[in-house]
Order: sequence, then C-alpha cells, then structure tokens
Amino acid sequence: MSFSFNMSNAISDIGVMTRRNMLRYIRLPQLLVFNALLNVVLLLLFNYVFGGAINTGGIAYIQYFLPGFMVQTVVFGSTQTSVGLAEDLSKGMIDRFRSLPISRPAFLTGRVIADAARYAILIVLMIAVGSIMGFRFENGVLPALAGVVLIIFFGIALTWVGVFIGISVRDVETAQVAGFVWVFPLVFASSLYVPIETMPGWLQVFAQINPVTPMVDTMRALALGGSVSASLWKTLVWDGVIILAFLPLALRRYRLIGQ
Amino acid sequence: MAERDEESSAVCADVSISAEGISKQFGKVQALDNINLIVDPGTVFALLGPNGSGKTTLVRILTTLLRPDSGNAHIAGYDVIHEAQLVRSVIGLAGQYPAVEDVLTGKENLEMIGQLYHLGKEKAKARASELLEKFGLSDAASRRVKTYSGGMRRRLDLAATLVASPSILFLDEPTTGLDPRSRLGLWEVIAAQAKECNTVFLTTQYLEEADRLANKIAIMDKGKIIREGTNQELKDCCGGDTLIKVSIADRSEISKASDALTQLGGENLHSYPDVGEITLPAAGGTSLLPEVVRRLDAAKIEIAELALKPPTLDDVFLAITGHPAEGTADLKEGSSNKT
Repeated sequence: MSFSFNMSNAISDIGVMTRRNMLRYIRLPQLLVFNALLNVVLLLLFNYVFGGAINTGGIAYIQYFLPGFMVQTVVFGSTQTSVGLAEDLSKGMIDRFRSLPISRPAFLTGRVIADAARYAILIVLMIAVGSIMGFRFENGVLPALAGVVLIIFFGIALTWVGVFIGISVRDVETAQVAGFVWVFPLVFASSLYVPIETMPGWLQVFAQINPVTPMVDTMRALALGGSVSASLWKTLVWDGVIILAFLPLALRRYRLIGQ
Repeated sequence: MAERDEESSAVCADVSISAEGISKQFGKVQALDNINLIVDPGTVFALLGPNGSGKTTLVRILTTLLRPDSGNAHIAGYDVIHEAQLVRSVIGLAGQYPAVEDVLTGKENLEMIGQLYHLGKEKAKARASELLEKFGLSDAASRRVKTYSGGMRRRLDLAATLVASPSILFLDEPTTGLDPRSRLGLWEVIAAQAKECNTVFLTTQYLEEADRLANKIAIMDKGKIIREGTNQELKDCCGGDTLIKVSIADRSEISKASDALTQLGGENLHSYPDVGEITLPAAGGTSLLPEVVRRLDAAKIEIAELALKPPTLDDVFLAITGHPAEGTADLKEGSSNKT
C-alpha cells in the first residue's frame, strides 16, 4: 500500500465523507425538516408582517424579497456547518478521521459538498413556497438557474467560514452563537430586505461592501430582469476572496486541532 | 484468519514504539515533561496514571494527532512528525470515547472505515462482517448504533480500529465508564488481540486492568513517567499481590494505629489519614490478619473494617511518590462518564 498522494484515493475519500454527511441528513430528517420549517416561517413572517410597510419602488414585496431570501437561506445554513463540526469534534469523530491515512482535506470537503446539496434542497423549497405566495421568475429559466447556482457557490464560500468557526470553537453551543454573530449583520445590513438608500449613510457604506448585497442584487436581476454585470463581478470576487482566505485557514486549523 | 496471522507476524518483527524526550505544554500547564519510552514488538504496554497525568496527550502525540513542543517519536520506525501519514497506515486508535456514527448501522460504520483505508468495497464489506462476528455484534450488525449499549459501542469502536489489521494498537482508557461485566468482556477481546502479535499501547486508571492485560507498565504522574517495570515489580514495590486494609473507627488515632502495625508492614505500611485507612502487605496470606487484630486491640484501637484486597493505583502511587494520586479511579469508579 502506498500512501503518497493519490488522486483517485483522494476522490474516493471525499466521496465517502460526503456520503457520511448526506446519510446524516437522510437518517435524521428532523434536522433538515426544522431547518426548512424555520425558513418557511421566516418567509411568511417577513413577507406579510413587514412587506406592506416597505417601499420597494412599485414591485410587489415578494418579488423584491424572495431572491434575497434564497441568499439568506444559505447564509444561515452555513452556521449549521459550524454546529455540526463542533459536534464531530466534541464526540471524537474528528480524531478518528485524523488518525486514518486519508487525504487531509477529505473530511472537511465532504462536509462542504453535503452542505451544498442541503442548500440546493432549501432553495428549491423556498422557490416553491414563494410561488404559492405569488412569486414569479420574470426573466426566463436559464437566468433563474444560473442565479441558483451562484447562490449555492456563495453558500460554499460561506460554508468554509462556518467550517473554520466550527473547528475553532470546539463546543456545540458556542458554535451556535458564534455563527449568529457574523451572520445577522451580513443579512440585515444589505439590500436583502430593504433598499439600502433608506439606511443612514454610515450603514450604507457597510451595506455596499457587504458581500450579501451584490449576491442579492445579482439574483434579483437574474430573476426579474435588469443588468447583472456590476453586481456579478463583485459577487465572484467576494466568493474568491472568502474561499482563498478561509479554506486555507480551515485546513490549517484542522491540522492543528488540539494544539 | 490463518492468513491474517501470518501477515501480522511478518510485520511484528520490526514493530515498536519509541518516544524520545517528548515535552508538551498547554498554556502554563506542562502536560508532558521529557517522556522517554520504548515498547517492544508483540507486547502489551500499559500507561497507568490518574486523570490529568498526561496519558491522553502522549497517546495523541504518538498517533500523530498532536505535535510535541520538543522531542520526537517513532512508530514502527516511522517518524510521527515527518512521516505522519505512514504512521497512520500502521496504527489503530480507539480514543477515550467511542467514535462511532450513531445514524449508521454497525456494519456501515466498519465499511466506512474500510473504504477510508481504501480496501475496496468488497473487501471492506467482508472485513466488516468478519469483525462484527469476532466482536459478537453480528446480531446487531444492521441496527443503527444509536440503539447500542455502552459496551457494544466500545466493541464496535475497537472493531473499527482493527479494520486495516494495524500492527500497533492504541487504546486510550478502553474501559472507562463501563460496567464491570462489559469491562471483563472487553478485557478478553483486548487480550485476544494482543495474542495475535499486535503491539498494544493502552492507558488506564486501573492497576487491575494494566495487570490483567499488560506485560509492562509505566506509571505516569504530572506529565512524567515516575516508574516503569513489569507488573510484578510494580506490585512488589507496594507490598505484593495482596494487601491488608484496615479502617479504624476513629481517624484521629491513625498515627497510633500505624505505630502499632509498623513492625508487620515495615516500609510498605501506608496510612491514609483522610479516610482513616492503613494498608500493609499480606505477606503470609491470611495468617497475618489475627496478628493485626491482636496488635490493634492491645493498643485499644477500634477496627471498623478489615479486609484483604489487591493493590490499586492509589497504593502503588503512595508507595512510589509518598502521596496519593490526585483524582484517581477509586474515587471516580462509581460516577458515570460524560459522553
């Protein structure tokens, strides 16, 4: 047996680890079900409670808001990655996998791939519920599909942040709270719920820089029509920056667990 | 099975563990302080010590999970720092708590590990069935691990460490938190494993466990190995295989009692003022008991309890260090383990 780097072994390892995480979602469906329920409840609440009071320039609030809500689903979803990994760490699962001669990034990568599948399921569900509430894609199927793919990719980038937090904090409850700390400002101080022109100037500055804003603007343009070029490249740059920063950080942290 | 035995005895010849000057500090705590040890191929080595003495830290370093601040270790000749992946290919590690997946069945757990060792699907399946059979888990093979008892989880965890037939097995407190019956069962499994010529490195808080399983025992205290020897050597240093334990009714009379018995116990008489107990070697079996009673009676000391017992970690500790082990197994034995 040779344990020098071997591409087919690495792919097989990632496959096994992805399957492990997928099976957890399938066999413990309550996790995914409650996650989905929470999103549906938030969708209904925001649309019917605040929707009427927010001036979105003539278009129905559900049209304005649902593209952003899909983004919110993956942003919140990435905090669950932290919780799951903190649990693996505290139960000793990570030690077991680290003591095996498997490709080093396989464990974390498998987790991220399984999470991407989770995001896809949640986004489809949000589109379905949104349609019942009157949401329509006005710009055709392909742009809509492209938008969904972009959101999942954005989710993958943020999941690496979630991974880093999950294996850094080491206990489940801290992971939960730590997730919300960075996620809430990102979601609310953006163009997701309200047009950012209505915010105070200093907050507008943050909202403009916030990676959620270009992602939401891109999805909105792809769903409803309009120019995507300005927001699309910003989104892609953000995806790249986040992955380049947090993937190596997470892998390094994984290597040094327990130090 | 015959085929496997041949394989492992071939590996066995040049297998061993060596630690060279390993130190590790966490913040201000010196977890390990210049640890040197050698484990011969085909033997069972027990690291015995109380909670917090550094046992787990040493296991984590030897199994590549943690880097030492200084020093190095070799497992089967491979460097744990620079050849970590090679080390991982020859070891099996069962951590302090069973690391098995609740939502998977017993069989799926073992197959997953087999696939991670790149055994191939068919071989991973076959190996899983073989191990489930061997560990008495065949009936529960297709049940989710969630439904397993504590003892079954430990057995499955141990089975998982054996999937790739490692030549060196690390067991970190393999029976902590188990009831006495499951513990006996697990001891049998470990002893059988050791017979198959694997080198086993285990940590424990129980002298009885180390005595049962190991050829050689090292005692650890506050990050240092304070004594190393065969089982007999260690038991001899605190008075042999059997001790007489006297509990006196009035704790304040402990020094008086100890004076009365000093001739019988010699340097191996130890008193525990906190609990009003004295232990001394039962050199001639039970024949010493009447003499103990007579002497205490003559000194007008009331006996609360008198018993013969095998030595524990506490006794060995006291004999070697002059102080009882902090937070030892005896105090914790009854308390359930957090998982």
